[in-house]
Amino acid sequence: MNIRDKDLSTAIDHREILQPSPFQARVDEHGLVQNWMSWNGYKTARVYDTLASEYFAVRSTCSVMDLTPMEKYRISGPQAKAFLNRLVTRDISNLKPGRVTYVIWCNDEGKVLDDGTLFHLREGDYRLCAQHHQLDWLLLSSLGFDVSIEHETHEVAALAVQGPTAFAVLTGAGIADLEVVKPFDNVARTLGDIDVMVSRTGFTGDLGYECWVDPKDALALWDAIFALKQQGLFDIRPIGLGALDMVRIEAGFIMPGDDFNTAETAVRADRDRSPYELGLGWLVNFDKPYFTGKQALIAERARPAKRQLLKLIIEGNKPPQDAFLYDSKNGSRIGTITSCVWSPILKTNVTLADVSFIDGKLPSEIWAEIYYQKELEWRATWAKCRISEKAFWIHPRSSATPPNNL
Amino acid sequence: MTKPVSVIIIGGGHNGLVCATYLARAGYSVDLIEARDIVGGGSSPYYFAEGYRTPGLAHVIYGLNRKICRDLNIDLSTIIGEVSTVALDLDGKHIRLARDEVFGSTLSSKDQDAYKTFKREFRAYTKALEPLMMNTPPRLKDMDRGDKFTLAKLGWSLRFGLGADSMREFLRVGGINIFDVLNELFDSPALKGALSVDAVLGQHMGPRTPNTVLTFLHRLWGERQNQLSLSAVSLVTAKLETAARNAGVRIKTSAPVKRILVKNERAYGVELASGERFSGDIVVSNADAKTTFLDLIGAEHLDAMFCHRVNAIRQNGDVAKLHFAVNQLPDFKALSDDKKDTRLLIAPDMRYVEHAFNHAKYGEFSEHPVLEMTIPSLADASLAPPGHHVLSVNASFAPYKLEAGWESSRDAFVQRVVETITNYATNFSDSIVATELLTPEDIERRFNIKGGHWHQGEMGIDQLFMMRPVHGAAQYEAPLNGLFLCGASTHPGGGITGVPGHNAAQRILRGVVK
Repeated sequence: MNIRDKDLSTAIDHREILQPSPFQARVDEHGLVQNWMSWNGYKTARVYDTLASEYFAVRSTCSVMDLTPMEKYRISGPQAKAFLNRLVTRDISNLKPGRVTYVIWCNDEGKVLDDGTLFHLREGDYRLCAQHHQLDWLLLSSLGFDVSIEHETHEVAALAVQGPTAFAVLTGAGIADLEVVKPFDNVARTLGDIDVMVSRTGFTGDLGYECWVDPKDALALWDAIFALKQQGLFDIRPIGLGALDMVRIEAGFIMPGDDFNTAETAVRADRDRSPYELGLGWLVNFDKPYFTGKQALIAERARPAKRQLLKLIIEGNKPPQDAFLYDSKNGSRIGTITSCVWSPILKTNVTLADVSFIDGKLPSEIWAEIYYQKELEWRATWAKCRISEKAFWIHPRSSATPPNNL
Repeated sequence: MTKPVSVIIIGGGHNGLVCATYLARAGYSVDLIEARDIVGGGSSPYYFAEGYRTPGLAHVIYGLNRKICRDLNIDLSTIIGEVSTVALDLDGKHIRLARDEVFGSTLSSKDQDAYKTFKREFRAYTKALEPLMMNTPPRLKDMDRGDKFTLAKLGWSLRFGLGADSMREFLRVGGINIFDVLNELFDSPALKGALSVDAVLGQHMGPRTPNTVLTFLHRLWGERQNQLSLSAVSLVTAKLETAARNAGVRIKTSAPVKRILVKNERAYGVELASGERFSGDIVVSNADAKTTFLDLIGAEHLDAMFCHRVNAIRQNGDVAKLHFAVNQLPDFKALSDDKKDTRLLIAPDMRYVEHAFNHAKYGEFSEHPVLEMTIPSLADASLAPPGHHVLSVNASFAPYKLEAGWESSRDAFVQRVVETITNYATNFSDSIVATELLTPEDIERRFNIKGGHWHQGEMGIDQLFMMRPVHGAAQYEAPLNGLFLCGASTHPGGGITGVPGHNAAQRILRGVVK
């Protein structure tokens, strides 16, 4: 068919070039605004309906998100543990089966390649979830280790169920015994006659679970959850990557590729970042067996810090998108905002920002110069920034076990 | 008095011996640990058949470095001499290549004159490269003063040592292949064939392979050093060993190292296969980089990309070594017995050499192999019973990874070699009393060199200088505190020169032990 014969609105049809997720039939039904994007080659909704309703589903009721496109690797074999401990900066030798942990890994120069979650499924059998494609690096790192590495992104369907009522929804949908599941636990459950692996993990900073099933069971899982909505018991909404980005900034989670250049993609010297420069020094453990980048990180530790990715709360209500940061009003430029959102729940601007240190120390003041428009007229303003040590938004229910049965 | 720095050297090849001797003479306490029952590595004699000995894997020694012999008081007076090359001809019209002159009835006077100029010019290039050869290769990133000084000396030497015209010519030919260069200069196919062998023997390269001018220069560099007679091969190791012992090096043989002991990113000793442990302030490995990093240390103590680079080193040998015990000398046509005390080549022209290499590219051994032969028993009668002789043959190309597998191909290959020699010396096949074939696989096993590669790694331009063995370990220093490399897998590479051992010792003595 000639492109001119096509309806222009479907001339660039993502269905033709993007991989469908096992949830695609339902995702397409809910995608009212047809706002699609590619996530690791999958057709993924940026927004299903409205950004606000999806955001508040996460913060006030229950959100459902198709996580299948997240890169997943199965790592097993006699030396799987040794291999992983050499890969990541954290000591994972005590990670027990049934537990999950957040990890980062670096190249030889101690610059971060990616972050992700590591699931210890069974003794010696692990799943590593990563933001970006990592197969090359994993295989390259496996030299000298008796380990098997398989890319299983397409073989595992995943659904994140997050929000204050997530526990009640999953329980109501028919998954039993979730009250004993602690944060970063990973358990085997059933839903009717399907096997579901449920982990108490997420990217929202709220109470939430991630459900992992065989792709053939994907729609049954989705339908069991949304059946509760049909009954009028809960407001359950699918959310897209737009709402996820809002809540992950509130929760203070960094996004490789957005908040920093991953070491593999950085071209210019100084554009890659070490764990310390990302504020992730707490993930680096020098008292464990050797890991890639250890020598470089020990050396970096001995030098004055150059910069750090900070969580900044910015005064006022002007959006500080891509703003430059200065050490005083009209002072020296010390950095930029990498991610920002007007937090509807906190009623303030929360951001992640790449800030240079002055003489090895944090600047005593940070100011953002914000450009904004009023009726097509550009204006500039100064806004004071306050460093937040903790995540901008944390709720006690996210760590309570058992969680409230709202 | 402070306790001397204790050093453990893994591997007693000539570079290990040289490095050990320098360090011991500087007051270090040195233990040298060798897997085999004899030191010398590729240049140590052994019996290959009852009553017949070979001087070792190496059968000609070019260029044991002058400075090293001087520094270590190694007396070479009894073994100094020149080994010329006879390029054999089927009809007996052999040509003889000496250091500065070439002789042969088939050669034009133009070729003979061109040879003189060629050798002079090309030796001048090797002289210009000397500042680089005898020093730690400079790092290109984060240079220190020493690095800058080495580069400055090299630049000065190339520009003012050579002069503008020679430098221009050097820069023109430096990266190209020997095939083109020899065709520009000479007419005689036999002369070109013989010269091209020097550029490719021991490498996975044919005359047309880019980079073969550099490998030729590396070989030629030896001509500016001590020229040793054929008998030197079995004697030079003994001299190096004596120098080491006199300097106070403790040598332990039959002691294969199982692993290098590492704690907190520092090498602190070695563990032998027997379980015995030695600890030292520093460990120096004369083993190749792959063996050192991937086997003796292990990936779990090193960065992932570094291990990948080491693993990717091209290090598959292409030369088989054959030893023939014979009951009479091969009767090469029109070559009297007193002229056989030299290096004999079967490489009639460059096309022959290139075709021999073609097979290696596809995992086959050469149908018509290039042969480099010596008869060491002519120089040292003790190697064979009276009247009998030993023929030592380097046969190329015999790839490490033979598609058909070496196990089932050994006899066929020996037969190819025997037939090739018999074409030139008709009595040869009937004179054979015993035969030994060392394929690159055998060389790997016997001499503990990964891939059985003579030079512990291909001397390609991407694996030379500050890239040898890989960047991150090219300054004789491993990315692990207290561990150094001193073997042929480091700059400036293979050959019985002693220079890697010398440079490594200088690097260690500069005292930057972290």
